[in-house]
Amino acid sequence: MGILDSKVPSGPLANKWTQHKNDINLVNPANKRNIDIIVVGTGLAGGAAAATLAELGYNVKTFCYQDSPRRAHSIAAQGGINAAKNYQGDGDSNYRLFYDTIKGGDYRSREANVYRLAEVSGNIIDQCVAQGVPFAREYGGLLDNRSFGGVLVSRTFYAKGQTGQQLLLGCYAAMNRQINRGKIKPFNRHEMMDLVLVDGKARGIIARDLVTGQIERHSAHAVVLATGGYGNVFFLSTNAMGSNVMAAWRAHRRGAFFANPCYTQIHPTCIPVSGDHQSKLTLMSESLRNDGRIWVPKRLDDAKAIREGKLTPIQLKEEDRDYYLERRYPAFGNLVPRDVASRAAKERCDAGFGVNKTGEAVYLDFATAIQRYGKEQALTHGIKNADDKEIIKLGKEVIEAKYGNLFQMYEKIVDQNPYETPMMIYPAVHYTMGGLWVDYNLQTTIEGCYCAGEANFSDHGANRLGASALMQGLADGYFVLPYTIGDYLSKDIRTGTIPTDSPEFDAAENAVTGRLEKLMGGKGLHSVDHYHKKLGKIMWNKCGMARNAKELQEAITEISTLRADFWENVKIPGKMEGMNQELEKAGRVADFLELGELFAKDALHRNESCGGHFREEYQTPEGEALRDDINFKYAAAWEFKGEPKDAVLHKEDLVYENIELKTRSYK
Amino acid sequence: MQSLLKPSLCPNFAFIHINSNLSIMSGLIKSSIARKVVMALSGLFLVFFLAQHFTINITSVLAPDTFNEWSHFMGYNGLVQFILQPVLIAGVIVHFVMGIKLELQNNKARAIKYKKYNGSANASWMSRNMIITGLVVLAFLGLHIYDFWIHEMTYKYLEANPEDPTRYYAETVEKFEPFWRTVLYVISFVLLALHLWHGFASSFQSMGVNNKYSPSIRVFTQIYAIVIPLGFIFIALYHHFNPITH
Amino acid sequence: MKLNLKIWRQKDAKSSGELIDYALNGIEGDMSFLEMLDVLNEELINKGEEPVEFDHDCREGICGTCSLQINGEPHGPDRLVTTCQLHMRKFNDGDTIVIEPFRATAFPVIKDLIVDRSSFDRIQQSGGYISVNTSGNTVDANAIPIDKHDADKAMDAATCIGCGACVAACKNASAMLFTSAKVSQFALLPQGQIEATERVQSMVRQMDLEGFGNCTNTGACEIECPKGISLENIARMNREYLSATSKG
Repeated sequence: MGILDSKVPSGPLANKWTQHKNDINLVNPANKRNIDIIVVGTGLAGGAAAATLAELGYNVKTFCYQDSPRRAHSIAAQGGINAAKNYQGDGDSNYRLFYDTIKGGDYRSREANVYRLAEVSGNIIDQCVAQGVPFAREYGGLLDNRSFGGVLVSRTFYAKGQTGQQLLLGCYAAMNRQINRGKIKPFNRHEMMDLVLVDGKARGIIARDLVTGQIERHSAHAVVLATGGYGNVFFLSTNAMGSNVMAAWRAHRRGAFFANPCYTQIHPTCIPVSGDHQSKLTLMSESLRNDGRIWVPKRLDDAKAIREGKLTPIQLKEEDRDYYLERRYPAFGNLVPRDVASRAAKERCDAGFGVNKTGEAVYLDFATAIQRYGKEQALTHGIKNADDKEIIKLGKEVIEAKYGNLFQMYEKIVDQNPYETPMMIYPAVHYTMGGLWVDYNLQTTIEGCYCAGEANFSDHGANRLGASALMQGLADGYFVLPYTIGDYLSKDIRTGTIPTDSPEFDAAENAVTGRLEKLMGGKGLHSVDHYHKKLGKIMWNKCGMARNAKELQEAITEISTLRADFWENVKIPGKMEGMNQELEKAGRVADFLELGELFAKDALHRNESCGGHFREEYQTPEGEALRDDINFKYAAAWEFKGEPKDAVLHKEDLVYENIELKTRSYK
Repeated sequence: MQSLLKPSLCPNFAFIHINSNLSIMSGLIKSSIARKVVMALSGLFLVFFLAQHFTINITSVLAPDTFNEWSHFMGYNGLVQFILQPVLIAGVIVHFVMGIKLELQNNKARAIKYKKYNGSANASWMSRNMIITGLVVLAFLGLHIYDFWIHEMTYKYLEANPEDPTRYYAETVEKFEPFWRTVLYVISFVLLALHLWHGFASSFQSMGVNNKYSPSIRVFTQIYAIVIPLGFIFIALYHHFNPITH
Repeated sequence: MKLNLKIWRQKDAKSSGELIDYALNGIEGDMSFLEMLDVLNEELINKGEEPVEFDHDCREGICGTCSLQINGEPHGPDRLVTTCQLHMRKFNDGDTIVIEPFRATAFPVIKDLIVDRSSFDRIQQSGGYISVNTSGNTVDANAIPIDKHDADKAMDAATCIGCGACVAACKNASAMLFTSAKVSQFALLPQGQIEATERVQSMVRQMDLEGFGNCTNTGACEIECPKGISLENIARMNREYLSATSKG
């Protein structure tokens, strides 16, 4: 078992959480007033935790790098949030949601955590409705659901295509109520630069005021990190420009183990990169694959002609097109899971069949669907002998009703009309399942340092199901962490305010200032973005959708070299005082340059393919992922030892008592 | 409560409280929404007055005797003279004072101006220049008061002339003899039309009316904004070109 | 594409600023407006100059961080997009583009094109919430049915991203559209009724305290709003406010 204690309560799966809540210690309301908690990150997990902890009576300080908590990147989630409400009466239950999540995660997550997630999912919806979140409704006035990501029930609640936004604004409103009561002190435009440990416990943070450049000390009895994922290690991702790993990585360097860094979700339907200037990628909802057919030209010279603009896709005859998903996966066709679809697109483009000027795009074609819907409409409206023009017109109307807003967004960005010419899509980094290792209480391996939401590793295993990220963030923030942290804090009721003039704070602040000075002291050859883009290229090419030992080894060397180059030669204009966005970016990229190497090391050690982690050496003769449950049925938690290459692996064996491990097949 | 959620033509009767309770009123004016409502209510009152004024004036073209009769009634009826007239003056003053106050505050809300501001991209000229059209109308009002109201006050109260129910028509027509005055009137009414074009419809929005009837309200107010000033212009021109031959 | 940029540069909140000219080459139509600024900044950094600081984050039109007054309009000449989704194909070779920060007394400039919009946060803090604790014991989500029409309207109001374009566009720098969007969302939902009176009064009071201007119904906010928030919301807030006032 090693040194990792997951602290999963004993007893039957369905009773664990209730029993645990009954067993843990509570803090008396009068004592809560004497306890301070720092929450870093104000997305769904952090915002929800901050609001709930403040409601309970703790003194909360929140930190976010954005100018307002409302701008955290949870806001960008489109699809929806899962909850086992069974409002549709289609046989959903806590167990089913639990089962789907474990299976979707390719059997690499912790049973007890996932069950708890399913168990509190219903409460999330109740809570959000009470807060005034305007979920979509049916004409009868009750909540509407849609199905998502290939599961067998309709359990996804949504608010148009802006579910994340509405849930985050709900959290933000709950926070605002506590700010108004004086129970939350918000520190916006502040970035956590380091975690401060006193006697081995997390007792505060060093933060930088991004407006004044001032380095500040903040103490607390516990620190909650809810700082999101690290997808930006790839430079291009669907994450926000500011999304970073700094807080989690600083905690990692102070003793928090980092688990499964190589588990990354690459989403198949994003708008492709259009050139070197590209700064970020935009997701197009997965739902498009219900009606779109994915293809590339069959012949290389056709692909080349298309790239050069000498040929248009609609000129290409049916027999000259390769509907490669339908060819490879006849049973699921275009609806294979995200990881499979992404890898297949990469395979075709690597072979030279890409269709945009960068060679990294495939077509998502709605012509067949327009024909099919058009004929259907003609029939139901009793239009006899409808000509082609009429059918296409009717078909386009149906497509517009279903996907109008997405088509419009596509047209704004790409400047092509997707009703007339096929869309171009390509996979993009979207979510990171890995993160700080936490036990059942969401405590990291540092006492008093907790981690919630995408920043931790706990619930999604090696692959996340659609509409589950919002569920996890809110479950952690509203319903799990506020209870479990009380158990820890109950021992702190006599501690009193933590002083910030201790040697530990002095040392941490000095380290932060020293690091910033070192960054500013670079020789000044290249901008921060120059290094970030280089890192992204290495990550994408060698640690992306398909990985192999040779390239991973190369990546480790290259990243390590790049990191040395960065510290030597980075160019940061301006000063440490006052606002300096280049300095902010530099600090973040410096940490990505360390994380990237650990990422590759983790991917290299995991000699199997599972979920978002695909190793070319470990596949079936048909090219499908080959999991190794005998040797790799564990969470890999890495301990920091000075350099990423020296990180020490600790294994948390994953025990499946309630689920039988199976192989996924989509043939 | 529930009924408030439904859009309704009549916003509610809160403004009755405003007028009936001075302390609430003074408190209310501190809020930006109340200031809007005061602008809207005084504006609507003036719009109503304008219609009444026009109705009387058009008779000067159609039936001079009726004109004399109505004018005399307005000039010597106690209710009109000592209740409605002060209310009207108050309405003008409130509308003017509040308009200036709003303008000054709005100016302060953007202390540092844009170097480039493309206002025409998103709002009509009328809506952006209410202060200009308003001030021109106010200036016109000065002339108008000098022309008619001062004259009336002098005639009736200072000089204490006897009642003469037949003098109005001739006095009015005479005023439009000079070319310059007619031109000033025409220009002023054009600016009044621009002021009304935005202001009339806007007052409904300020009082919370924005519903399925709003497009119709807008059409009505814009027709009004053109027809009434055009009517006044017609009257002015008619009298200018048809002087009474002595 | 070749562009002449006139960009507002201001060292910090206390300094005064000015428009500085920059000539920029090699801009492609596929670039977003912010990517165009990235290119400029890369050039400036390589020349040893300080880059232009501007607010941005999600770059997919939802977080509301990006701002910029572009040629006199917030988020530029395109409609229903934020600056991050405005593409350079909307401009022509040789164009002069004036880029300024959002201007309002309640949005003081922090540096260059970055403004402080915390006044919006304070308006929300004054009452933009429903006071319900996270007990996990609230009534079932389906216990109170809500008219789909009302729920949809509440959602339309709730899509506000708090970017401040309404204030920036308004000739009076009024924050009525922003404030009314939140008031409307809750006014349309049964959950929001209980605190309705207090909410609208507090939020309007705070809005006025922050120094925003008065609404004169020009409608510029609605036209420039990247999320298409309707003026109906302002009318609804006016009703709510009058109703709250009549209750004392």
